Amino acid sequence: MKFKEVYQQLNIFSQCKRYGLPLWQCPQFLFVVMGIFTIATIFTSYALGAKYVSDPQIVILIVFLITAILFIISFIITQSFERLAEASRMKSEFIRIISHQLRSPLTNLRWAVDLLVSGDLGKIEEKQLEFFKILKENGSRMEELISNLLIVSRMETEKTTSKKTEFSLENLVRELISKARAFAMSYNVEIKVETARNLPTLFGDLSQIELVVENLLDNAIKYIHPVGDIVSNGAKGNSEIKISILKKDKNIYFEIKDNGLGIPKEEQKYIFQKFFRSENARRAQTQGSGLGLFICKSTIENNGGKIGFKSEENKGSTFWFTLPIK
Amino acid sequence: MKTILFIEDESSLQRTFGEFLRKANYDIISALDGEVGLKLAKEKKPDLILLDLVLPKINGFDVLKNLKEDGETKNIPVIVLTNLEGIEDVNKAIELGATTYLVKVKYSQEEVVKKIEKVLRE
Repeated sequence: MKFKEVYQQLNIFSQCKRYGLPLWQCPQFLFVVMGIFTIATIFTSYALGAKYVSDPQIVILIVFLITAILFIISFIITQSFERLAEASRMKSEFIRIISHQLRSPLTNLRWAVDLLVSGDLGKIEEKQLEFFKILKENGSRMEELISNLLIVSRMETEKTTSKKTEFSLENLVRELISKARAFAMSYNVEIKVETARNLPTLFGDLSQIELVVENLLDNAIKYIHPVGDIVSNGAKGNSEIKISILKKDKNIYFEIKDNGLGIPKEEQKYIFQKFFRSENARRAQTQGSGLGLFICKSTIENNGGKIGFKSEENKGSTFWFTLPIK
Repeated sequence: MKTILFIEDESSLQRTFGEFLRKANYDIISALDGEVGLKLAKEKKPDLILLDLVLPKINGFDVLKNLKEDGETKNIPVIVLTNLEGIEDVNKAIELGATTYLVKVKYSQEEVVKKIEKVLRE
């Protein structure tokens, strides 16, 4: 642990401020008070006991008084912990309800637009269709943003709720690629996969790992060309994404390499930060929440793996992660 | 024609998805809260129930519990169609007897109809 982290742990005032509790209700502060009080009482009792040894009633009274004070302090500490637990429960409940309340109107919007676009309710003009599509796209973007925010919030509050199963990363990757095929085609990108033979299975949270691969694949496709350069007739060409899955020691190693925009050197250190979006990313895509890679990093680390990348501007990026074999 | 009871408090979704289901050749009965939903389920005995979980008066979990405890309605398949997606919500609904659990935001209307068809076939 770095010195700064140790200092932060010891700095009771900043810890209490973080909880948003007054000092007299903050568990850390109360523990210190109780500690000092206990040490002081040991010495005082000894001194008083030695002085009034001839009058045991006074000694009993002192011990009684000290016990009562310690009891009161412990009671307050327990109560403050209860308050913290309640605050955390309220936060989870709030997120659960807010997600429902925010998403419901968006689902209505998307489904209503779908119904209009389908033409079942009457013929739609080409020009109208274009604007309905804008409506739909933006609704979907909002849904995605809320989903990402929820994932992040859940990661921060419930670190331990992963559901681990045995699965093949290769099968998962192939499945996700076939789902992304049409999307990749619209960006004129070819996806190649290379895997080692007889790869062992992984033990982890399948839906979480799926999210990571999906995010990395999505990024590789989206950030392959500068904005306005997206073509569907193959004019740009040569855009390729190469995925490799290998076994390295006791880990499975996954790598996704693109020959896209790349990340400027000075921005590379921020890439896994929450809400950070690279200058190139913003130029290529106005959409995006800046949460994808943050989610990837937290997820891989929660599943006992490592994640990293190397990138050169205008040449491309390679993102990799490792996950321990069962 | 199969009858579906659609228990959903959002009237705009009732309107949109209700319309979609009608076009897919289903007879739709709408309920805007849990209490009416429960009453209609017992009266009309639909072939399938689409149930939201966050509902006024009686929430979706209690509606589900009630339906599965009543001999007359316990065999009607219930598809939960909601935007609550926590593991604890999914597990609770399945434990209470929901046939399947769909998170609205992850599905298109066509996909929901396909799920309905599948459940009705089974």
